Amino acid sequence: MSFINYSSREINCKIVYYGPGLCGKTTNLQYIYNKTNPEAKGKMISLATETERTLFFDFLPLSLGEIRGFRTRFHLYTVPGQVFYDASRKLILKGVDGVVFVGDSQMERMEANIESLDNLRTNLAEQGYDLDKLPYVVQYNKRDLPNATPLPELQEVLNPTKVPEYEAVATKGNGVFDTLKAVAKLVLTELRKGS
Amino acid sequence: MGNQLVMYEEELQQIVRICEVLHKDSNAKAVLVIDKNGQAMASAGEVETLDVTSLSSLTAGNVAATGGIAQLLSEKEFAGQFHEGERTNVHISIVAQRLIMVVLFDERSSLGLVRLRVRKAATELTNVIDVLVKKSESSSQPSVFAEITDADIDNLFND
Repeated sequence: MSFINYSSREINCKIVYYGPGLCGKTTNLQYIYNKTNPEAKGKMISLATETERTLFFDFLPLSLGEIRGFRTRFHLYTVPGQVFYDASRKLILKGVDGVVFVGDSQMERMEANIESLDNLRTNLAEQGYDLDKLPYVVQYNKRDLPNATPLPELQEVLNPTKVPEYEAVATKGNGVFDTLKAVAKLVLTELRKGS
Repeated sequence: MGNQLVMYEEELQQIVRICEVLHKDSNAKAVLVIDKNGQAMASAGEVETLDVTSLSSLTAGNVAATGGIAQLLSEKEFAGQFHEGERTNVHISIVAQRLIMVVLFDERSSLGLVRLRVRKAATELTNVIDVLVKKSESSSQPSVFAEITDADIDNLFND
């Protein structure tokens, strides 16, 4: 749910990075955090376990600049990817304006990708959202690994609705900002439609 | 996205005023009003040293998690939370089902006083929010966003 503040002239939107455990959601946010000017970002918060697995969420507030005199602020969240944190994932989807599904390109993670994508659809539906109607992009991460599934196969399984999609190597930053820009654009376009 | 929350100058001033009165009446360090999705809306008191954005997001996460626990226990919600620190205490309450009121206080105040004052402020805040929700639902208000062009959106990313 976007929050439009006519008083302070701000638009606030929430984007959630979803995907299976260890697919690179947190890495996406860390890269964005590291490459963004200090004045455009707030503190990045990671609620993680001692072994750096996301326990509840990561949070990164970003300011993208002005649009017609309104400051656009995006709050980026990740969900915990591990299967048993489903209750937490549902909570984080509340009030979402845009979704990034981060798929893990590794062949042995294909099943985990499919499970996570199904889970995304189900959890969104529980909150009253339809994935097909939300601003939504897909990222195929870890494209640099030798055991990466060929792109056409990933596209067929993880992006049947043909939403904008990006290949990425989040550790090096490849595709990270392309993904963010794409979802941010869709969110703003949706805002225009909804107004 | 029909359920977006819109804030107008008039209501924001009223909410800020409620925060200021609560801050004074409860001898608190600071008062924040946050929406349930973690967006900060208004504040009063010693907020210069606070990271309000992070505090808002974490509080909303906390309230959401507590709400999840309530559901599991077949409770509607836990309307209030209290965290006791060595120097600062935090009182968190849900107002009008969609806002969170956070009061930070120290030894200059007490939980009893904060609770008492929050109750009064919550009633006033509920009234303001009711008006705000009606106002944002009425379609007559013009929106600047209908005029946003693709070029405007593209310009955001031209760095």
